[in-house]
Amino acid sequence: MVSNYNKFEAVCRILKENNFDESKLIPIFQAVQEVYKYLSEEVLTFIASSLNISPAKVYGVATFFAHFTLKPKGKNIIKVCDGTACHVKKSANLIDAIKKKLDLKENESSTKDMLFTIEIVACLGACGLAPVLVMNEEVHGQMTSDKVIGLIDEVLKQEGGK
Amino acid sequence: MEKYLTINSKKVVFDSEKNLLEVIRKENIELPTFCYHPELSVQGSCRLCMVEVDRKGILSACSTPPETGMEIKTNTEQIIEMRKIIVELLLANHDRECTTCAKSESCKLQTLARRLGINELRFKNVMHKESKDVSTYSLVREPSKCVLCGDCVRFCDEIQSVGALGFVGRGSKSVVCPSFGKVLASSECVYCGQCARVCPTGAIVPKSEVNYVWKALSDPKKKVIIAIAPAVRAAIGEVFGLAGENGTEVAGKVVTALRTMGFAKIFDVSFTADMTIVEEANEFIDRLSKDDDIPMFTSCCPAWVKFVEQYYPDFLQNLSTCRSPQGMYGSIARRIMPEMLEIPKEDLIVVSVMPCTAKKYEARRPELAKDGIIDIDYVLTTQELAMMIEEAGFHFAKLESSAFDMPFGFKTGGGVIFGNSGGVTEAVLRNVVNTKSDGINESEQFNFVRGEDGIREAKIDLGNRELKIAIVYGLKNARNVLRDIKANKSRYDFVEVMACPGGCIGGAGQPIYTDLSVRKTRTKVLYENDRAMELHKPQDNPYVQKIYKDYLGKPGCRQAHEYLHTGYRYKKRFNQTFEIYKSEKENNVKVNVCFGNSCIQKGSKEILKHIVDFAESGKYNVDIEVSICLEKCSKGPVVKVADQIIEHCTLQAAEKAIREELKKW
Repeated sequence: MVSNYNKFEAVCRILKENNFDESKLIPIFQAVQEVYKYLSEEVLTFIASSLNISPAKVYGVATFFAHFTLKPKGKNIIKVCDGTACHVKKSANLIDAIKKKLDLKENESSTKDMLFTIEIVACLGACGLAPVLVMNEEVHGQMTSDKVIGLIDEVLKQEGGK
Repeated sequence: MEKYLTINSKKVVFDSEKNLLEVIRKENIELPTFCYHPELSVQGSCRLCMVEVDRKGILSACSTPPETGMEIKTNTEQIIEMRKIIVELLLANHDRECTTCAKSESCKLQTLARRLGINELRFKNVMHKESKDVSTYSLVREPSKCVLCGDCVRFCDEIQSVGALGFVGRGSKSVVCPSFGKVLASSECVYCGQCARVCPTGAIVPKSEVNYVWKALSDPKKKVIIAIAPAVRAAIGEVFGLAGENGTEVAGKVVTALRTMGFAKIFDVSFTADMTIVEEANEFIDRLSKDDDIPMFTSCCPAWVKFVEQYYPDFLQNLSTCRSPQGMYGSIARRIMPEMLEIPKEDLIVVSVMPCTAKKYEARRPELAKDGIIDIDYVLTTQELAMMIEEAGFHFAKLESSAFDMPFGFKTGGGVIFGNSGGVTEAVLRNVVNTKSDGINESEQFNFVRGEDGIREAKIDLGNRELKIAIVYGLKNARNVLRDIKANKSRYDFVEVMACPGGCIGGAGQPIYTDLSVRKTRTKVLYENDRAMELHKPQDNPYVQKIYKDYLGKPGCRQAHEYLHTGYRYKKRFNQTFEIYKSEKENNVKVNVCFGNSCIQKGSKEILKHIVDFAESGKYNVDIEVSICLEKCSKGPVVKVADQIIEHCTLQAAEKAIREELKKW
């Protein structure tokens, strides 16, 4: 038995809390993304229908902000900084190492088993620690390819143990 | 006090102009713009209309209100250089295959590059060739030609309230496309094509069928017949330097051109417009007498019909079931022309020329097909007809005028004015109202329905009853009228709706125009044409009478219904569903709860909760889904259990239906 009732019910509640107000589109997206982890086509269409605006407009706002994601994300999120400082400190090597380790192709960002998602972000605000990455909200500074592979292996071990 | 400012050191008086651009253009200085459009809101994004204002710096003229005493310069060295850079940057990102572009010679970007003397690009070409969207019959989208001015997005949203197109992404990755990056055919587009009309480049253009028609003409076995819509004669002259020319004269030249091209018969859609009026007026009187499905909505605009089908299923029965003049031409031509031309049915090719892109879609509506075969093979726009005339090399202006072929060549003025907003109403009134008008010319008797506003109202005394009429163009206006009818704020007997501003004369298939006064000229051509006609009342058309007598019977009879009427159906806008509950077993009873706007208000949430609890409590073999709309909004809440649709559903009714369905399993 699979029940997605609670999630859907939450979307209805969020829409109501925002008075079905078109101008609250962004807060609605933020809250809905908390529930579903991403904004699916169904969810966006439902929001458009409920707010009485066209799906094209809703889609436009959702794609405008980097914060909103339209694809499902993996369980573990690795944010790699590619801001100026990190870039100079060869963050590209880190990205390559992670992608190789996770067997991700050029334009893929999530593993097939949805265990990992890699995100490349502009600046994490920790330039002194460059190159920096954030794994599941935990900041790791002065990273090397070996270190990041170690981190991933650790997660894999935990996941495997469950 | 007189308000003035100076433009390039010349003192200029201004009054109620909303922005500097209007003041400057009034002074006959053509500041370039892409994103500014007098019918739309100001976006100020293309930055081409920048001017230098003393003590204020460089501002975009379109979004700066005029102030008295302003000193404006429109052509400083800095501004000229900036404009050039903007256009060069656009060109660096543009599919510059101008020679094969449908917009060649009417493209604003091309014109501007020439005007600004751009003869080389200082920037590297970074254009990504993207595939064309050819999913619809009406329009072709070519994203690599888009300059992101947003005119199409705003027209669709602000004037038509459809919003099929939107901006997607951000910065250098921005594109204009339908929702979720899908093709136009899967969007809510009603194919009015006004996006193509306002597009400054070739990013959205009407889909051409010219090549198919040439091919049919060169097939010796086929007989190709063609008919031109009323609005075509009001505009095609513009392409050949004959703007505002007498409609009969222009139509006559078109006939000559078409005959030379090899069309077997050249007809006038105004003839079937007369038939439409006879049939529609009959239907209207019938509805009035039964007080059934009033107000009656006109149904000759296919974009409006699709609009009702997808947004207002509750109003479907209000649409007149009469086919549009194009639809009637198709079915009647199929019926009688093979015999008349002495050819087998399959050798007849039926072509129409329309001011409209939505007509291309209409012709392919399955409702208008007989035994799976569509009546009209090809629909050309006015633009495409002009292109064919050019391709054939005719000097249009110098062509002699000749007459349409019979029987579909004879028309009354009532059929001709169809092309103007208010024209259908006026022609219906000429048919319905029998009072003699002493001393008033028949063509002027009901001229009070004419006008330029997007929503107009008229009342007319029928003796026993007062008719209340609304005449609307622009689908947002139509939406507002429907909203008021729904809320009982207004009551009408007859509502005419045309999607395009000004009616068909302003259709997206007409020659491109930017100056809005063009619409006035076209409107005038049709009214003058009507005045010059011998007959004005559609029911007086002797050939229409003859067609009824020989083939159909009486207006509204069974035969007439078979050939001249059609049906409409809901067009589902959203196909997305949410999986809410899924039993682990297979082959389950499928339950679908509608979560459209009105169903939510009427309690679909409670029903959903109840049936999810019910399914969980008994671990029943049930799959529960939520649909965004099951399109039965007036009968909500709506729940679908297996194949059964339960209207006005209650908790008990839903549970009962599921229990019964489970028993069958």
